[in-house]
Amino acid sequence: MSSLLPCCFPVCQSEPLLEVDDLHAEVEGNAILRGVSLRIHAGEIHAIMGRNGSGKSTLAKVVAGHPAYTVTAGTVRYRGDDLLALEPEDRARAGLFLGFQHPVEIPGVSNLEFLRVSSNARRRYKGEEELDTFAFEDHVRDTLPIVQMDPAFLERSVNEGFSGGEKKRNEILQMALLDPLVAVLDETDSGLDIDALRIVAGGVQQLARPDNATLLITHYQRLLDVITPDFVHVMVNGRILRTGDKGLALELEERGYDWVDQEDADSLAEVGAR
Amino acid sequence: MTANATGLDRSSWLSRLCEHLPQPSTHRSGQRRHNLATATLPSPRLEHWRFTDLASLRHLDLAALHQRTSLSGLPGAGPGALRLSLDAAGGWVDGKGRPVAWPAGLEPMAAAEIEAALGRAAERCAQHQRDARRLGQELNDISAGPVLGLKVRGAGLPALELVLQPAAAHAWLAPRVLLQLEANSRLELLWSLRCNSTAVLLPTLEAELGEGASLHEALLAQGHGTASLFATSAILQGRHSDYRRTGVVWGWGLSREEPRVVQVQGAAGTSLRGLAVARDDSLLDTHSLVRFEGPDGRLDQCHQALADNAGRSVFNGSVQVPRPAQGTDAAQLSRNLLLSDHARIDTKPELEIVADDVKCTHGATISRLRDDELFYLQSRGISRHQAARLLQRGFFDAVVRQLPAVAAPWSPLQALLGASEVRP
Repeated sequence: MSSLLPCCFPVCQSEPLLEVDDLHAEVEGNAILRGVSLRIHAGEIHAIMGRNGSGKSTLAKVVAGHPAYTVTAGTVRYRGDDLLALEPEDRARAGLFLGFQHPVEIPGVSNLEFLRVSSNARRRYKGEEELDTFAFEDHVRDTLPIVQMDPAFLERSVNEGFSGGEKKRNEILQMALLDPLVAVLDETDSGLDIDALRIVAGGVQQLARPDNATLLITHYQRLLDVITPDFVHVMVNGRILRTGDKGLALELEERGYDWVDQEDADSLAEVGAR
Repeated sequence: MTANATGLDRSSWLSRLCEHLPQPSTHRSGQRRHNLATATLPSPRLEHWRFTDLASLRHLDLAALHQRTSLSGLPGAGPGALRLSLDAAGGWVDGKGRPVAWPAGLEPMAAAEIEAALGRAAERCAQHQRDARRLGQELNDISAGPVLGLKVRGAGLPALELVLQPAAAHAWLAPRVLLQLEANSRLELLWSLRCNSTAVLLPTLEAELGEGASLHEALLAQGHGTASLFATSAILQGRHSDYRRTGVVWGWGLSREEPRVVQVQGAAGTSLRGLAVARDDSLLDTHSLVRFEGPDGRLDQCHQALADNAGRSVFNGSVQVPRPAQGTDAAQLSRNLLLSDHARIDTKPELEIVADDVKCTHGATISRLRDDELFYLQSRGISRHQAARLLQRGFFDAVVRQLPAVAAPWSPLQALLGASEVRP
């Protein structure tokens, strides 16, 4: 079942965790997002699909506060508050998590220390006790099985020399430790072999709860074979053109994106004719 | 008239200095003082002194020079280390102020042996340097010392830590260490320098490494904005010997490190690691020289510098590969972080390669903190300021982790980052 609504407004009585309304954004003067609207409630898993360059990753970075992007119109509200007014670190502390498509390597910064500092930032925001080095190491070792990660990776520099799969596991490990309310996972499945995909996707599934939400950004149906989304959105030219359930993802897998483009063109032509 | 805008008179400073320094103990030093008294300080017109502004020397009150040192506030010595410091008379004593009880394997050289060895490595290393002015060594030469000469035998020796901490302003500390490492011997040497006021420190090492010998020299030098450091190492390496130097320098008004190494017969390994953190008005300069005089020598060199505020870093890395040095494998890298519009980095490789069957690489990078790294950390709840500090810590750690264990009690990473911890 899919609709031709240009945006997704699922029928839900509760306040959305994340509400994007008519969001426009640009980078270096080039408009990328041209009116994205999206509501995500607690307990939901959303997936955004689309071609390369359709604006999926830009949406993720704008929501997370990447300084290279400028919001030119629209709003993003997180639990009712203006998210765009917050610095990236404040968004993260408040419970917004971005899983990077290309996790950054940071030589010389111990992965364990990085995880501890970031985790404590979130814990402090939540009013929880910060963990010292020893308590945190116990905590992180208890968390490692979620992504089946070798403890040796804790001793290395952040993502340095990690394979693509190891980097993505490290992202989900961070997600587990930060315990976000909204996780935006930008092409978490890219560069993963089948086994790694299952592990990473399994980790995401384990972390999904009734009080949090996940936004998956992906090119492919294969991630959605493991994680069943409640809503699937198709992004074209910086807008969400179509929203449906998992069946829409299957349709895209079978038919590609051309038919969505065509419907978009027809829709625009119809508007023009009127 | 050679006085610069900051009031340092280059033409008369050395003669005034010679008037105020205590009389040297050896005829050799006296002769050199006589010669230097009529010289001028190196001019910026000399290529190797082009960026080295000596103005910091103006802070020194020559009439108030002294050699008093202090042991107050020092961390405990590292496990198994032999810590020495200078006493009031300018001699080396152990951590409790007593004469040093040398362990087996470290044998003090006799006076005649010292006299014969003094300057030998330094002069050999200087033979092929185009710029003859080696101010740090010259100033050490004319000073009253002390000179510590040691013969090193065997392995498993305690690490030797030499502590220099001036007791008051206007200290002039010019120790010289001569090491003769016999075949297959191994030693770690740490210079621990901490300076909280105006001073000039001139630690100088001359070492000769026998076949298969190994020496790791480390310099941990925390300075003051009105203090100057001239640190010189002159190393002669025999075949299959291994010399590693790890230098970490910060806080000085002026520092000039000059590690100079000659692989006398090639077939040896040299590793030079340096970190200079130039903040405020600090000028930190490293001029290195590695010369291969035989085949199959190796060099692994990485100099890192961070310049912030109005800080300035200078690196000049000279590598000489004459025709006999076939099969040389040398790599030199200069990595720099420039964090302020008012800071400055000058970095220059200086490779002279005559041999044709060699592998010599060099590279230099100057960058600011990377936005993608900062954003990644911010996206995990770490503030931009704290993220910057974490990235700096990572930058420092690449060199600091190379320091020998004997340096650990000084907590160099924490000292480099300042008193405050990195916290969310």
